[in-house]
Amino acid sequence: MEETKKMICISCPQGCSLDVKVDGSIILKVDGASCKQGADYAEHEITDPRRMIASTVRVKNGFHPLVPVYTKMPIPKNMIIDVLTELRKVELTAPVELGTIVIKNVFGTGIDVITSRDMPTQ
Amino acid sequence: MLLKNVYDVVVIGSGPGGLAAAVAAKKEGAEDVLIIERDVELGGILLQCIHNGFGVEIFKEDLPGPSYAQRFIKDVFSLGVEILLDTMVLDITPQRKIYASNKRLGFVEIEARSIVLAMGCREKTRAQIRIPGTRPAGVFTAGTAQRWVNVEGYMPGKQVVILGSGDIGMIMARRLTFEGVKVERVLEVMPYLTGLTRNYVQCLLDFDIPLQLRHTVKRILGNDRVEAVEAVQVDEKWNPVPGSEEIIPCDTLLLSVGLIPENELSRKAGVKLDPVTGGPFVDDNFQTSVPGIFAAGNVVHVYDLVDWVTEAAFQAGKCAAKHAIIIRRKESNYVPLIAGDNVRYIVPQMLDKRNLEEHEIRLQMRVAQPIEQPVWVEVHDKENLVARKGERYVRPGEMVTVNLKQKNFTDVEKAENLTISIIPR
Amino acid sequence: MPENYDFIIIGGGVVGSMIARWLSRYEASVLLIEKEADICMGSSSANTAIVHAGYDPLPGSLKARMNVAGNLMWDQLSGELNFPFERRGDYVVAIGEEELPALDTLMEQGKKNGVPGMMILPKEEVIAREKNINPEVSGALWATTGGICDPFAVTFAAAENAVMNGVKVILNTSFEGFIMDRNRIVGIKTNRGSFRSRWVINSAGMYSDEVMHKAGIRPEFVIRPRRGEYFVFDRADLTIDNVLFPVPSLKGKGILVTTTLHENTIIGPNTMDVEDKEDHSTSREGLEEIWQGAKKLIPCLSQKHIIAMFVGLRPYGNGPCKSPGIDYQHDYIIEIPTEVQGFVNLGGIESPGLTSSPAIAQEVVDLLKDAGEEFRGKKNWDPIRHARLRFRDMSHKERKLLIEKDPRYGRVICRCENVTEGEIIAEIHSPIPATTYDAIKRRTWLGTGRCQGGFDTPRVVQLLADELGVSPLEITKKGMGSNYLLRPTKQLES
Repeated sequence: MEETKKMICISCPQGCSLDVKVDGSIILKVDGASCKQGADYAEHEITDPRRMIASTVRVKNGFHPLVPVYTKMPIPKNMIIDVLTELRKVELTAPVELGTIVIKNVFGTGIDVITSRDMPTQ
Repeated sequence: MLLKNVYDVVVIGSGPGGLAAAVAAKKEGAEDVLIIERDVELGGILLQCIHNGFGVEIFKEDLPGPSYAQRFIKDVFSLGVEILLDTMVLDITPQRKIYASNKRLGFVEIEARSIVLAMGCREKTRAQIRIPGTRPAGVFTAGTAQRWVNVEGYMPGKQVVILGSGDIGMIMARRLTFEGVKVERVLEVMPYLTGLTRNYVQCLLDFDIPLQLRHTVKRILGNDRVEAVEAVQVDEKWNPVPGSEEIIPCDTLLLSVGLIPENELSRKAGVKLDPVTGGPFVDDNFQTSVPGIFAAGNVVHVYDLVDWVTEAAFQAGKCAAKHAIIIRRKESNYVPLIAGDNVRYIVPQMLDKRNLEEHEIRLQMRVAQPIEQPVWVEVHDKENLVARKGERYVRPGEMVTVNLKQKNFTDVEKAENLTISIIPR
Repeated sequence: MPENYDFIIIGGGVVGSMIARWLSRYEASVLLIEKEADICMGSSSANTAIVHAGYDPLPGSLKARMNVAGNLMWDQLSGELNFPFERRGDYVVAIGEEELPALDTLMEQGKKNGVPGMMILPKEEVIAREKNINPEVSGALWATTGGICDPFAVTFAAAENAVMNGVKVILNTSFEGFIMDRNRIVGIKTNRGSFRSRWVINSAGMYSDEVMHKAGIRPEFVIRPRRGEYFVFDRADLTIDNVLFPVPSLKGKGILVTTTLHENTIIGPNTMDVEDKEDHSTSREGLEEIWQGAKKLIPCLSQKHIIAMFVGLRPYGNGPCKSPGIDYQHDYIIEIPTEVQGFVNLGGIESPGLTSSPAIAQEVVDLLKDAGEEFRGKKNWDPIRHARLRFRDMSHKERKLLIEKDPRYGRVICRCENVTEGEIIAEIHSPIPATTYDAIKRRTWLGTGRCQGGFDTPRVVQLLADELGVSPLEITKKGMGSNYLLRPTKQLES
C-alpha cells in the first residue's frame, strides 16, 4: 500500500524536510533531500531507525557521583528505554578511564556503551 | 606547582575556548602559560554537555562534550601548561595585572604579558524576561539543571515545562525524559524553532514532547515550589492572545531563553564591548581594544558549533603567545641602572641594550653629598668593572655624567643590571 | 513542662526584632517566635528601604509621631548595630505647575509633625542636583532628614544584638492560640509546643489582626494586604543617587526612583489591594504602572537593563486614630488593651513602619512601664553588634589578610557579588542561623547580581548540606516545601 511519510533528516544541521513515498517498508522515492545522506537517512528511518544516546552511570568513590557514557554508534530506537534501564543498574568504581566499556555489545547490537571521560577518585 | 609572578600567557576559563587557546599558545612558543579556572576541574561547560555533536569538523569524529574537552586537557598536561583550579579571578587591570583568590594559595597577584579572556557566557534569567508570578523553588535555567542532573547527580523536578526552543532546552528535554521525568511541553515565543532542527527530531519528536510556537509563560504559580505555569499564545506584537491561556501543572520550569557573553572582567580590564554582541570588539587576531588582551569563544559572541570556538581560540592563543614573546624579548633588552655608593639618582633608570650597538648612551646622575677630592665614577656589573671616568670633585649642584661606549656592549649585553657608584680615588 | 518567659514576641520582622532588642536591655527573659524559616521574611523583607522624614503621615496620628521620633534614632542605631544607613535626604518632585501646591501642603504637614530641615527647591536647583530629572519638573520638596538603609541588615542586626544579649529566637514556629487564665493571657500555643509568659507582644505584621482576634481584641480590625511591585536595574547602567518621590496620591507615597545601598537603581512600588496575604506575584499590569510612574520622573530609564523584580506586601489596617478630633481610619495600633491582661497589641504597621521601628520599640517599653512593669537594667548589656566581614567591600590588602586567617574566604562562590565560602559558612553558624538559600541571599547579597544565582545555586546547596550535615535533597529555597532537588539522578522514585 503506497503512502507518503514525512520526516526531517538529522544527518547534518540543515535539517531537510523529506517526503518519503513507501510501499510497506520499501522506499519508492525520497523528495526534498539536498544531498545523498538524505536518502540514506530516509532508508534507515523507515526500516531500522537508530539513535546515538548519552546518559550517565553511578561511580563509587569518584570525584563526582556520576560519569557520562554514550553509544559510539546509533542503536535501534526501540531499544533506548531498555538500554537506559540497564544503565541504571550499573555502578562503576573509581578511578575510571575514558573509553571504559560499561555495557559490551548492548543487547547483541555489537555496539558498546562507553564512558566519555576519565573519572578520578575523590 | 609554585605559582610564578609573571606569565607569558594567562588564560581565564578552561572551556573549549580556554583549553584551545592555552594549547595554541604553548605550541607557538610561549614559555609560561597559566590557565585560571573557577571550577574544580578543567573543561568548563563541556563537562555537563554529555550529548554528542562535538568535534565533527576539528576531529572528524562525533564526540560527547567531555570527550572533546579531554582531548585538549591531555595536551594541556603534556605541554606543561600550568593550571589553577577552584580559583576566581577578581580583577584584571588594563596593564594586565590579575588578582585572583582560592582556598589553597589565598589571594594572588599575577602579571601577564598577554591574557586570553575565555569566560564563556551566562544564561538569561527569569527576571530579564520578566515572567510575572510567584517566586517558588523550581524555576531554573536549563544549564543549572543540566549541572545538577549530569554532574552533581540530583534531579531538580519530576514534571517539567521548558520555556525556549534553543538547543540547551531541547537537549534537556531529552535528558530529563531519559532520567524518568515527564516533560509536559516546550514553549517558544518565536514563530520558529530557535535551535537546530535535528534536535527537534531527536529530542522532542522522538519522545512525543509537544512544542508550541508563538507561546510563552504568562505567569508562574505556586508559593513554595512551582505548582503550574500559565501558558499563553502571543501575536506578532508579542501580546498575549486573550482566551488562549492554559494552566499546565508542573513542578519545574526550565528556562532556555538565551545566552549572554560574560564580560564582567573584560569591563574591569577596560576592554571595549560591542553593544550588539555583548562581547569585546576584536580584530582577526582576536585581540581586544586593550593591547595584549585577547578573547575567544562564547565570551566574544555565542557560537553554535564548538569546533568554531576551538578554531578561533587557536588563533587567539597563537597571537597571545606572539605578543608575549615580543614583550619578553623587549624586557630582556632592558638593563636596569642602580644608584650605588654616593649616587642619589641616575637617569635614565634603564637602558635598551640594543641601542648600545648603534651609539653611545649617556648616563646622568647627581650626588647626595659633595666630595671635594678626586673620585672615580664607576659602572659595575656585579664585581665586573664595565666603565670608569675620573672627576676632580663632585657636588650636588653639578650634574655628573658618564658615557657607555659601543665597546662596552659585550659587557652590558650579559648584565642583569648595572650599578653606578662614586668612589674617592 | 512548657518554658516560661517574661515576654514572648510574636513575629520576627523589623518591629519584633527592635522590640526584642529594646527588651534585651533589661533583666527579663524574652522569647521571639517566627513562623518562617528565617526572620525578616514578611513585609520587612521587601520595601523601599527608605527612612522617611515624616512629612507624609497625617498630623496628630500615631504614625506621624512614630515616624518623626523614629527618624531621629537612626544615626545612633546604625552606629551601635553597624548596619548600612545613609542620611541621603529625599525629594518629592513636582512635574508641571499644577503639582506645585502639593509640595506646600506636604511642607505644612511636615512642619506640623515636627520634621526639621525641609526646603522647597525651584526647578533649576532640582535639575542641577539630578540631571536625569524630567525637564518638566517645576520644583521639589527637599527633606534633609530622609535616609536609606538595608532593611534585612537592620532587622538581622537588631535580632542578633537581642540574641547576643540573651533573647531566644526560634524559627519555623507559628502561633496557634493563646493560653488564658480567665481574662489574663498566660502563654501561647504554637505548632512546636506551648510556652508560658507574663506578657505576649503581637508584632505579627500581616497577621496581627488574626492574632489579636484570638484574644477577642478589636474584632472589627482587619488587615488587607496591599501589594507593591519593584523592579531592579543592572548596576553598571544608570544610577540615580537621589531618592526621588512623586507627588503623593490617595493611594500612598507613589512610585519611587532611587539607588539602593546595594548600588542598584530600583523603581516601585505600585499599590494593589489583593486578597491573599501570601500573594507575592508580580504582574504585567504592575510593571506597566510602575514604568509609567518612574518614567514620569526619570524619562531616560530603559527596560532592557532590568535584572530583577520583587514584591512587598504592606499590612494595611483600619485602625482608628486615637487623637481627639482626627478622623483617620488607617493609623497604627500600639496599645496595652484593657479587655485582657498581659497583652501588648500592635497592628497595621505599614509604611513608615521601618522608619518607626526603633520608636515603636521604645513606645512598647514605655507602655509596659506605665502598666507597672519594673525594668531593671542588665549589667552587661552590650548595645554594640559588629557587622560581619564582606569580602566584596575589602581592599586587595584586606582580602589577603583575611584569607591568610581563614582560607575559606579565598573561595568565591557568587561571582557577580563576590561572596565567599567563608561568609556563607559564617551565616550558617551565626546567632540566628541561615539554613535556606534565600536566608543566605538576604544576608550576603549572593545571587542578586546578573546571573541571579545561575552559577552559585548548586554550590550553595552543597555548602548548606555539608555544614548542616544533611543531604542536598533537604536544602530549600525558603523553608519547608521549597526544596530544590527531588531525588538522586539514578533513583527512579523520590
